[in-house]
Amino acid sequence: MRDGVVVKGVRFRGHTVAGDILELATRYRDEGADELVFYDITASPEGRSVDREWVRRVAGVLDIPFCVAGGIRSVADAEAVLAAGAEKISVNSPALADPPLIDRLAARFGSQCIVVGIDSETTPAGWRVHALTGDPGRAHDAGRDTLDWVREVERRGAGEIVLNCMASDGVRRGYDLAQLAAVRAVCTVPLVASGGAGAIAHFEAVFREAGVDAALAASVFHSGDIAIPALKAALAAAGIEVRR
Amino acid sequence: MTRAAIDVVIVDSGGANLASLAFALDRLGARSQVSADPEAIRRAPRVLLPGVGSAGDAMARLQRTGLDDVLPTLSQPVLGICLGMQLLYEHSEEGGARCLGIVPAAVQRLAASPGRPVPHMGWNRVRARQDHPLLAGIESGTHLYFVHSYAAPVTAESVALTDYGDDLTAVVARDNFVGTQFHPERSGSAGARILQNFLRLAPCS
Repeated sequence: MRDGVVVKGVRFRGHTVAGDILELATRYRDEGADELVFYDITASPEGRSVDREWVRRVAGVLDIPFCVAGGIRSVADAEAVLAAGAEKISVNSPALADPPLIDRLAARFGSQCIVVGIDSETTPAGWRVHALTGDPGRAHDAGRDTLDWVREVERRGAGEIVLNCMASDGVRRGYDLAQLAAVRAVCTVPLVASGGAGAIAHFEAVFREAGVDAALAASVFHSGDIAIPALKAALAAAGIEVRR
Repeated sequence: MTRAAIDVVIVDSGGANLASLAFALDRLGARSQVSADPEAIRRAPRVLLPGVGSAGDAMARLQRTGLDDVLPTLSQPVLGICLGMQLLYEHSEEGGARCLGIVPAAVQRLAASPGRPVPHMGWNRVRARQDHPLLAGIESGTHLYFVHSYAAPVTAESVALTDYGDDLTAVVARDNFVGTQFHPERSGSAGARILQNFLRLAPCS
C-alpha cells in the first residue's frame, strides 16, 4: 500500500501500482485466499500510522482474516486499527526501535493478534535484520542478527512471525528455504514465509522443506501468473492440506 | 433505533475487534448493537459473546457490569465466539479464571509441539459429532478459522470437534447456549452460514 493503492516492488525497490485495494481484496477473497496482509509501506518512513479509513473499507468486504502493518508505534495505534476491523496487526520497524512495544501489545490484545514482520537480508555477516525498508533511501541494517531477533520477539509475546527474505523478494526464484528452515528451528509460533514465490513448485517446497505454517506471495498473484484456485489444487494433489 | 429493530446484541466484552463481527452481521442483513448494559442484553432476541484477550480480563470486565450473573440466566440463543465460547465453561487455566459455569468442564492451555505451534492460528477442519441447527448446511470436514492458545476438552456438550494434536471442542451446545472456538466472522462463506444459522434460531426456546 502506498498513497491509497496497492503497489509491489522488486527487492523492496521500484514499486509499481498493482491495483485498487478493494478490488484486489474482493478478488482474492473470491479466489480463496486464506488470509490477506496489507503493508502501508511508507507509514514508518513518513512517521505516521496506518490510514484507518481503508482498513474499515476492507473490513466491510472481507470474510477472511486480514493483517495490517504500517507505522503502528503504540497500543493506541494498534487499538484503532483493530477497532476498524483488522484481525491482526503487524509491527516491524517500530518494534526494532522500541522492542518492549511487542510486550505491551501482547499484554493488551493477546499474542494471537500480534504479528512481527522481519525484513531479513543475506549479507557476508549472515542473516541481518533491516529497518525502514519501505523507503529505499532510508532502509538500513538494524544492528541485529535475524535468528537472535526471532528468539527475542517470540519471548516478548509475538504470536506470529512473517519472515521477508529480502534477497528473494519480488524476483520469483523461490523462497529462501535455508533461511526459513533456520528460523523455523528457533521459533515455536506460526511462521509465514515471504519473498520469492514464482512458481507453484516454490510453494510446495517451502511447506515441505522449510516447515512453514503459511506462505505469503504478492507479485505472482497481483500479475495473475498464479491463480489461487490452481495453486490450491496443485498443493492438494501433492498431499499438502489446503482449504478448498 | 427501537429495541424491536435489533436482531442481536453483541456483548461489549472489551475486545478491540468487535468491528469484524459487526461487519459480518451487516453483510447478512442483521441489525446488531454493541452493549454492556445488562437490561439491553436481557431483552435482546439473541446475544453474541465475542472475546479477545485473556479469560481473566474478560471475566473481570463482565463482573464490573454484573453481566457475570446475568449471562447464565438468559433464555434466548447465546453464541460465544472464541474466548466467548471459553467463558461459557466453569473455569479457565488462563489466569486461573472462574468463568460463567454454563458448561461443566475446564478450559486448558494448548501444548506446543513440533508442527503444532501455539497459538493455533489458521484454518482447521471441523467435524460434526452431533446434529445441531448451528451447523445446518455445513459439511463435516469444512475448514474454519481458529486463533487460540487455550481450548475446551471434548465433553458430552461438544457438538463438533477439531484435531490439533488432540481432539478439541470446536462447537459446544448446552440448552440455549452455543459456542464456537473458531471465528465464524472470519471463516469465509461457511462461517457466514453458521452466523446465519444462529440468527435463525428461535428467539425464545
